[in-house]
Amino acid sequence: MTLALADVKRIAHLARIEVSDQEAAEYLKQLSGIFALVEEMQAVDTTGVEPMAHAQEVTQRLRQDAVTEADLRAQFQAVAPQTENGLYLVPKVIE
Amino acid sequence: MQWEVVIGLETHAQLSTNSKIFSGASTAFGAAPNVQACAVDLALPGVLPVLNKGAVERAVKFGLAIGAKINRKSIFARKNYFYPDLPKGYQISQFELPIVAEGELTVQLPDYEKTVRITRAHLEEDAGKSLHEDFHGMTGIDLNRAGTPLLEIVSEPDMRSAQEAVAYAKALHSLVRWIGICDGNMQEGSFRCDANVSVRPKGQEAFGTRCEIKNLNSFKFLEKAIEYEVRRQIELIEDGGTVVQETRLYDPDRDETRSMRSKEEANDYRYFPDPDLLPLVVDEAFLDQARTGLPELPQAMRERFMGDYALPAYDAGVLTSSREMAAYFEDTAKAFGGEAKIAANWIMGDLSAALNKDGKDLADSPISSALLAGLLKRIADGTISGKIAKEVFAAMWAGEGDADAIIEARGLKQVSDAGAIEKIVDDILAANPAQVAEYRAGKDKVFGFFVGQAMKASKGKANPAQLNDILKKKLAG
Repeated sequence: MTLALADVKRIAHLARIEVSDQEAAEYLKQLSGIFALVEEMQAVDTTGVEPMAHAQEVTQRLRQDAVTEADLRAQFQAVAPQTENGLYLVPKVIE
Repeated sequence: MQWEVVIGLETHAQLSTNSKIFSGASTAFGAAPNVQACAVDLALPGVLPVLNKGAVERAVKFGLAIGAKINRKSIFARKNYFYPDLPKGYQISQFELPIVAEGELTVQLPDYEKTVRITRAHLEEDAGKSLHEDFHGMTGIDLNRAGTPLLEIVSEPDMRSAQEAVAYAKALHSLVRWIGICDGNMQEGSFRCDANVSVRPKGQEAFGTRCEIKNLNSFKFLEKAIEYEVRRQIELIEDGGTVVQETRLYDPDRDETRSMRSKEEANDYRYFPDPDLLPLVVDEAFLDQARTGLPELPQAMRERFMGDYALPAYDAGVLTSSREMAAYFEDTAKAFGGEAKIAANWIMGDLSAALNKDGKDLADSPISSALLAGLLKRIADGTISGKIAKEVFAAMWAGEGDADAIIEARGLKQVSDAGAIEKIVDDILAANPAQVAEYRAGKDKVFGFFVGQAMKASKGKANPAQLNDILKKKLAG
């Protein structure tokens, strides 16, 4: 798979990262290198090998269903840029 | 051209846990903004999710209830998108390996039964709420709902009409409440549906292009939104246009669907396994425990009611629409001991009507199953007629005591004394010689007139069967 400059721009946009044209060109080179490595790995025959979801052979531990958190709103909101009536305020978003 | 409608539903059921899916914050509804949003829910740096056992149990119970495959190993994934009510910048969901796969739900329609396949059900977290009212041109964010556990239940595109879609949604709604995994409160958003709707010429195999109608939080809106959308798509195609795949929103005030966002940027959620969460493994012991915790399921109970109580399929279906209703019926039928169909008729008829009229739930019914059974016994043993029973029922509803006390206090006991009934009949025949002559001349319809008169004279208390016999005998001369 070959990556184009437009792909890099699109990925950056989806991740909300601003990149200059010069940076985009640089990332294109780096990302292409990674893709080349992936391509090499894809050549390996993995028939019968279960895909891995985590690097370690451990499984998820479960928590009992109980409320353990106290209301710390005042502390959290003391460091928030802007709040009102208990709400966090953000720049207007409209669908 | 004949069109066929194709519908699939995605349903979000909020799981009835005390705490959130990945944090120990409360999920109680209606709290002041952000008092139930802890560091994990706010995505403060360094926090890690810890999975709630109660959410997993509920998902497994659902899977067992729809005869699905429970994936012994399932994976949590990140669904990436940016919105202020999603502080992490991703929603934790399940993508490639959901906890529940391949189940089915059998749905009752007025004239037929339909089995809807369920593709999958996966665990995920809810987002917070954005309030767009005026905050000096800003948006207010309440994160109390962020991290609330959801089970997203995805059906196959098996439904062929709005009615089928509603019947499926209702059956699903009834099931999640029945097995106690979701409170089903649609006003509070605990149960909401997205409908994927498309149309195709009848007989065509390939599906048409679908539109997704988001966030339908009542069965009525679900039905109307689908009906509108079907009309819109058919008219569009018949006018030479093509349906564009998009997300639409239903506006109940105008009864129409509207395009929600143009997809100039196709959604690209860049799912990948969440490195903060390990694979979820459900072992045999966990499955057994969930299985033991399941009550008798509605489908099984419905069949049992048809067998044990000789009820028609329709009655058995109505009486198993909720666990409360089913228990009420069984208690009544057992305490009554007579023909169960009579108990079913009273529960589905007079009792349901009275509850409806007063806006009461069965749990708050002034007439308990024991009280109703007491009334049915008096009808069965001939103490009162079915007509008088309605009066006793109304008095019981008003809290005047049990059936026996009301019959006694109001003197409603049926007159089964042949002598007394004969006396009434004699008086009526003597007072209405013209009608007697008509009857004897062959006009059978006049019989009803005599019954009416006799009932009136006895204040409705004459035993109807006996009255008929005596009238016939005397009229025959």
